Amino acid sequence: MDAAAVGRALARMSHEIVEHNPDSGLLAFVGIRTHGVPLAQRLAGETGRILKREVAVGELDISMHRDDLGLRNTPPKVGPSRITFDLTGKTIVLVDDVLFTGRTIRAAMDEITDFGRPQRMQLAILIDRGHRELPIRPDYVGKNLPTALGERVQVRLAEIDGKDEVVIER
Amino acid sequence: MSATTWQHKDLLGIQELSPGEINLVLDTATAFKQVGERRIKKVPSLRGKTMVNLFIEPSTRTRTSFELAAKRLSADVINISATASSIVKGETLKDTALNLQALNADIIVIRHSAAGASHFLSRLLKASVINAGDGAHEHPTQALLDAFTIREKKGRIDGLNVTILGDILYSRVARSNIWLLTKLGAHVTLAGPSTLVPRVFEKFGCRVTYDIEEAIRDADVINLLRLQHERQRQTMFPGIGEYTAMFGLNKERFTRAKPDALIMHPGPINRGVEIDSEIADCNRSVILEQVTNGLAVRMAVLFLCSGGKPTAGGAK
Repeated sequence: MDAAAVGRALARMSHEIVEHNPDSGLLAFVGIRTHGVPLAQRLAGETGRILKREVAVGELDISMHRDDLGLRNTPPKVGPSRITFDLTGKTIVLVDDVLFTGRTIRAAMDEITDFGRPQRMQLAILIDRGHRELPIRPDYVGKNLPTALGERVQVRLAEIDGKDEVVIER
Repeated sequence: MSATTWQHKDLLGIQELSPGEINLVLDTATAFKQVGERRIKKVPSLRGKTMVNLFIEPSTRTRTSFELAAKRLSADVINISATASSIVKGETLKDTALNLQALNADIIVIRHSAAGASHFLSRLLKASVINAGDGAHEHPTQALLDAFTIREKKGRIDGLNVTILGDILYSRVARSNIWLLTKLGAHVTLAGPSTLVPRVFEKFGCRVTYDIEEAIRDADVINLLRLQHERQRQTMFPGIGEYTAMFGLNKERFTRAKPDALIMHPGPINRGVEIDSEIADCNRSVILEQVTNGLAVRMAVLFLCSGGKPTAGGAK
């Protein structure tokens, strides 16, 4: 997937998000660190242009909510979560780059509820690579990418990696 | 963010840590400080783990801070003090610790009057051992929370002038702070009565002075230490009154410090002895912020020490 394809996918997803949320005044985005954050900012920018208003964006670091602490060889790097708006009563669109086992999203949903009680949560994902281990499904998908378990899906974004692209590595 | 990873099951002292590891703890603590601002101030990281506070020497601040840190990480906590345990019946530290491990304790936080007590336990136990103060040796989490507070207020540690004032000889806080601050590139000055600040401390890479006004003049941070009555013999200085007159931080002395110098104190403070009430309560004093930051730093330490697989053979 090249930069133009990523751009088209995000534009389409923004329109879908607006379409599915008629009470758009309640809409806010939360990106999962690291690559979910710039994606959330782009989706918020795009939906903001469609709705002609600012849409709030927060960022979430789910390391403290992982279920594999002590099973790994070293502890994960933990960064701060920043959600500066009150998310109680809001429609929160969680954003991440790749949806795989679903465990990150499980952790993110738990953590979101520590900040407040959103009216509803939806999930926007750039790449759905399958192999779910939990009953979680995305509401908005950039691209479905069938993969083998041993493969790695690498999402690169201009804000972090200098350019937009999605590649499968073996 | 620091590129280092954490490879220790224990935190025994600052002396063993690299600058990268110290910065990793401080960065991790920044994330945990934010948890205290949430609606629900608790994360599930240590769910199902048990932490034992084994305090053979009294403490309120450190013990409470570790207890709350563990609870905010969803661990279960047991507190044991020397007077309320089988230690009074003659049980050794080794046997007490082995019994705690037999109850499947995952983390043991120990404070003991003997230097090296936590090192001894770490060689003995599979559980994580955190040093909460061993004699006059080290108090690593205090030094880390002091550094966290300095970094938060000043934006850096490298190149700052830090003066540690008071009872250096008997202070584990001083030793841990000296190791940490010099590793991160601060210039450390020690000051106090010559009996409590021997010249031998210059070997740690510090400056030693007995002139309090000179010691605080260029300081970006002034860290005051309590007189450790419980560790002192009678003859270290003539009396409390003379100590206050010679080395106490009062308003008049403080006017000669830099206008943005921070006042720190590990607590408990003795008002009117090492610090005047007015100074302790002024807006440049960060003594209570140190307490708040201590919680975040201890959460980070518990998280990191629980986070990796313990490698065979112990300490690291």
